[in-house]
Amino acid sequence: MNDAAAPHGHPPPNVKLYMMIFAALMALTVLTVLVSYLHLPRSLGIPAGLLIAAVKGGLVAAFFMHLKGEHKLIYACLGILLFCALGFCLMPLDVHLVRQESLHAPVAAQVAALSAERR
Amino acid sequence: MSLPQAATAPAIPAPVSSGVSNAKLGIWLFLASEVMLFSTLFTSYVVLRMGAASWPRGWEALNVPLATLNTIVLITSSVSMVMAYARAVQRDLPGFRKYMAITIGLAYLFLIFKCYEYGSHFEHNEWPSTSIFHAVYFTLTGLHCLHVIGGIIVNSTLYWMSGKNFDHPLFLGRVEAAGLYWHFVDIVWIFLFPAIYLI
Repeated sequence: MNDAAAPHGHPPPNVKLYMMIFAALMALTVLTVLVSYLHLPRSLGIPAGLLIAAVKGGLVAAFFMHLKGEHKLIYACLGILLFCALGFCLMPLDVHLVRQESLHAPVAAQVAALSAERR
Repeated sequence: MSLPQAATAPAIPAPVSSGVSNAKLGIWLFLASEVMLFSTLFTSYVVLRMGAASWPRGWEALNVPLATLNTIVLITSSVSMVMAYARAVQRDLPGFRKYMAITIGLAYLFLIFKCYEYGSHFEHNEWPSTSIFHAVYFTLTGLHCLHVIGGIIVNSTLYWMSGKNFDHPLFLGRVEAAGLYWHFVDIVWIFLFPAIYLI
């Protein structure tokens, strides 16, 4: 239920919904801190922390920034942005793979040397 | 919770054929460039952390309770900002000014807590040059603080302008654009908080 009819081009405010989102954000903040105090291994702690942050950020974007029900032109801009962001996500993966290759390079050299000796 | 009945803002025809006002499209494009800025820094943080021999846990090196308090302050300011927008839609000037003042006050509170946190680091002789961890911490949180200061300037300007320009047909669009920027600053902190302090 909207509290007021907004003029053309402006999203209608919904105060009751804002308060519910506020409560959810506070609960998720407490959850983030509680999860960190569990001192989980990094392989679990990092995805858990970032997942909760993604949910919080999604709530702010969808309801406070009124992205839910936004014009398709804005969605198009965000789609391009998401594509670029995925490119950034691949960068650490690339660094990881290059490091794996450099770690394996000495091992590969040893194998080649052994093979040459046998011949 | 219901707002008092009041006349709504005058209708503004969208100035472009796309159906989105220039102000809204402009602020979203600006926010897109901001996302790219923070994404590059965040990616650099991940790459540096992956390459480091050891990386301190956030709770070992940073003040997590103060950062938690700052998270609550910034989320509350986001709510007060959206409430200021709701009051502007309702053409309720006193309500708009009240919530905008709360937003500005909470932004100052965030900066005060951040100054205290930085001060305690400096007292312990911890500087951006101390380690890669400290360089990342000061760069990311420092850039975020600059955005908070930018938000204070924009919101204070709107508060000051509302005295004479509250009924201007473009005023509501400006409030909406300032709100989008402020919520973006909140989202950046929502990600920085766990990434730097908790994991």
